[in-house]
Amino acid sequence: MDSMRSDSAMAVKILVAGGFGVGKTTLVGTVSEISPLRTEEALTEKSIGIDDTAFVQQKTTTTVAMDFGRITLKTGLSLYLFGTPGQDRFWFMWDELCQGALGAVILVDTRRLSDCFASIDYFERRGLPFIIAVNSFDGAQRHDPRDVRIALDLDNEVPIVVCDVRQRESAKEALITLVEHVLSAMSRRTA
Amino acid sequence: MEPPEHEWVDEAAGPVVRSYAVTGGRTQHTGSDFDLIAIIESADALPADTLVLGPELITIVEICRSSLSVAEVASELDLPVGIVRVLLGDLLDHGLIVVRRPAPVAQFPNERILKDVIDGLHAL
Repeated sequence: MDSMRSDSAMAVKILVAGGFGVGKTTLVGTVSEISPLRTEEALTEKSIGIDDTAFVQQKTTTTVAMDFGRITLKTGLSLYLFGTPGQDRFWFMWDELCQGALGAVILVDTRRLSDCFASIDYFERRGLPFIIAVNSFDGAQRHDPRDVRIALDLDNEVPIVVCDVRQRESAKEALITLVEHVLSAMSRRTA
Repeated sequence: MEPPEHEWVDEAAGPVVRSYAVTGGRTQHTGSDFDLIAIIESADALPADTLVLGPELITIVEICRSSLSVAEVASELDLPVGIVRVLLGDLLDHGLIVVRRPAPVAQFPNERILKDVIDGLHAL
């Protein structure tokens, strides 16, 4: 199609996943140059079997919010961050979000470790590279990343970083770790 | 006197018109698929008959004079992405917007782009 072109501006996408209240929106807001925007998706026939609307007959659509932010890396190259919707019933949206994504940062709160299991399973199954970022909440007990790795039953290649998503440098570091991980995974594949 | 507790007014009451009314009931646009991070830009010259466009379409053309991603357009319009895709398809049919698809990173990973991303993040 003539009006479709992909030459000048380039956009890449990173997902931010993890359980409810783990700091996804905060991470997006900390590094984004626009304040976190929210976008909504109407549930259509895709949600049949996922959304149980049997007892709410008048409700045929619902909305799900996801956060996103933008970072202009250089002229013509923008990075978009998408916070994945937290609830399990919105898995169908993850498939779309994954399309063309570089990888994912899975945020973990060590006090509620099991909240991130679903995200890890999902990205492992999709074969999308991810890293674990342990968000250091005030008052939460610090855990050695090695213990976190064992608790999450993670492959040795998956990087684990400890971060404070409220700190810009710390959030940046988590993103850089992910892209470096993607890069090294790629060189392993082509080697 | 305290106002009644369950009175929903304005935004709390939800949209007056059901979401897909603005697309004439269509949930999909035939032919075009808009990625969330595809960049939309208004075409340079607008034809004279833009008056026939609905208010949502005119808003999109106006906000996309400086380029915006599909996700940002949806957020600006406060409409679900599915609906915005249908509207964008209409605008594309009329030649009123130009679409730049995102770099196909996942399918054809490009080392140079990844290094650019890392450098860009370091420089923030």
